[in-house]
Amino acid sequence: MAKVKRSPWLLHYDGSSCNGCDIEVLACLTPVYDVERFGVVNTGDPMQADILLITGGINTQNQEVVRQLYNQMPRPKVVVAVGVCACTGGVFKECYNILGGADTTIPVDIYVPGCAARPQAIIDGVVKAVELFQQRSDEHEAMIKEKRRNKKGE
Amino acid sequence: MGKRSVIPFGPQHPVLPEPIHLDLVIEDEKVIEAVPSIGFVHRGLESLVEKKDFNEMTYVVERTCGICSFMHGMGYCESLEHIMNVEVPDRGKFLRTIWCELSRMHSHLLWLGLLADAFGFESLFYQCWRMREKILDIFELTTGGRCIFSVNKIGGVLKDIEPDMMRTILSVLDDMEKEILTIKKTFLEDYTVESRLKNIGVLTKQQAHDLGCVGPFGRASGLDIDMRKRGYAAYPYIDFEPITSDIGDSYARCYVRISELFQSIDIIRQASSKMPSGDISVPVKGNPEGEYFMRVEQPRGEAIYYVKANGTKFLDRMRVRTPTFANLPGMLETLKGADLADVPLLVLTIDPCISCTER
Repeated sequence: MAKVKRSPWLLHYDGSSCNGCDIEVLACLTPVYDVERFGVVNTGDPMQADILLITGGINTQNQEVVRQLYNQMPRPKVVVAVGVCACTGGVFKECYNILGGADTTIPVDIYVPGCAARPQAIIDGVVKAVELFQQRSDEHEAMIKEKRRNKKGE
Repeated sequence: MGKRSVIPFGPQHPVLPEPIHLDLVIEDEKVIEAVPSIGFVHRGLESLVEKKDFNEMTYVVERTCGICSFMHGMGYCESLEHIMNVEVPDRGKFLRTIWCELSRMHSHLLWLGLLADAFGFESLFYQCWRMREKILDIFELTTGGRCIFSVNKIGGVLKDIEPDMMRTILSVLDDMEKEILTIKKTFLEDYTVESRLKNIGVLTKQQAHDLGCVGPFGRASGLDIDMRKRGYAAYPYIDFEPITSDIGDSYARCYVRISELFQSIDIIRQASSKMPSGDISVPVKGNPEGEYFMRVEQPRGEAIYYVKANGTKFLDRMRVRTPTFANLPGMLETLKGADLADVPLLVLTIDPCISCTER
């Protein structure tokens, strides 16, 4: 894992999951698995979050909520779909109210499979997300510098 | 009279692991009314009976909820066993009882942790969840899964607990009993915790009865109802009494759930000593025909399964009435007149499981 300069903050939203993945995501934050050692802190505020963890499929009622949460997050941001329901719809794919995985509504970067996804797999996904986040924030910074330079040149 | 305003609570909120939306009508700092709107987790699970046959449905029903997944599967299997006149071997029944009680412990420890988090006691939250991991390790040891372990089948269970595994479980539970005693002391005797729990959200016995509360929420108000006493799985062979309290506040709900942890340890000990040897399941042939109404005591209260079969491999109807659905009116009653700061705590005291309720 590349050296992480910043501590990304994590936002967890339960799409229409059965709770299995949610409690595993929470288990990751508790001392036994502890993602805080990678500098990841759990937050409840989308305005301050960098990584969005989504569990469960998307349905007609929560589609707007998920879209809103994603839009409220400042750039750069990374989305992790946790569990098979968030990846594809899973066992509920054929249900009348399920539109599919999280990627039907927002762009997803990392897919963590499993029903319920194991904490080890979730941590793996989060570490990948941290790396991706680092890369994106570097690009973002370079872009801002470039813009400033162009402005000065004018 | 103060000015009335409406504060939205949820669906995404730091204290809520699951989405539920409440419109809180407040006057100064007091809640006058709470209007819930649900449906964020609705999947349409019951409609899958048209697409999956009755054996496959076992796995779908287990995914109603990830916390009490085993009991959901068991309730569904037992109702089909009654329809098809299948007698589960005694060892299978005892194994079901053991997994049921382990699930109850896991759920109650999870709830205690979330409660500690709701009143801002972070280290207590971590302690409860650390203990809970030991139960999950037992699940992993015996079944291979952590949350959803799919060991139910119509006619029994899929996996056996070997004698040396059973000894490991009992020794882990012995250690846990001592650890739970220490958190019990903090939850029930610490004065800061008491000040957040005592006389908060009082529900009288009459109110609880009228609103149809079930499970630990009802038992904390003095309703002596426990579906385990009706005797499914191996509960008829086990000696236990439902734990009740007549105070009906948040402290009583905490007390009932902590005491049930010890009760569950006791039930597992009894079940392991009385467990006979023999088969764990019987083969099931043919398709079900008929209907059955099954009641199961889950960590959150009484769940009802209604299954109607028509003689083909696809069921006509499968319906689940979950404990949280029965407890929601009680929760809305406790919210009236509460301080705004106590709302997350009161929402948690019924141990809401939204994904069960909306399916």
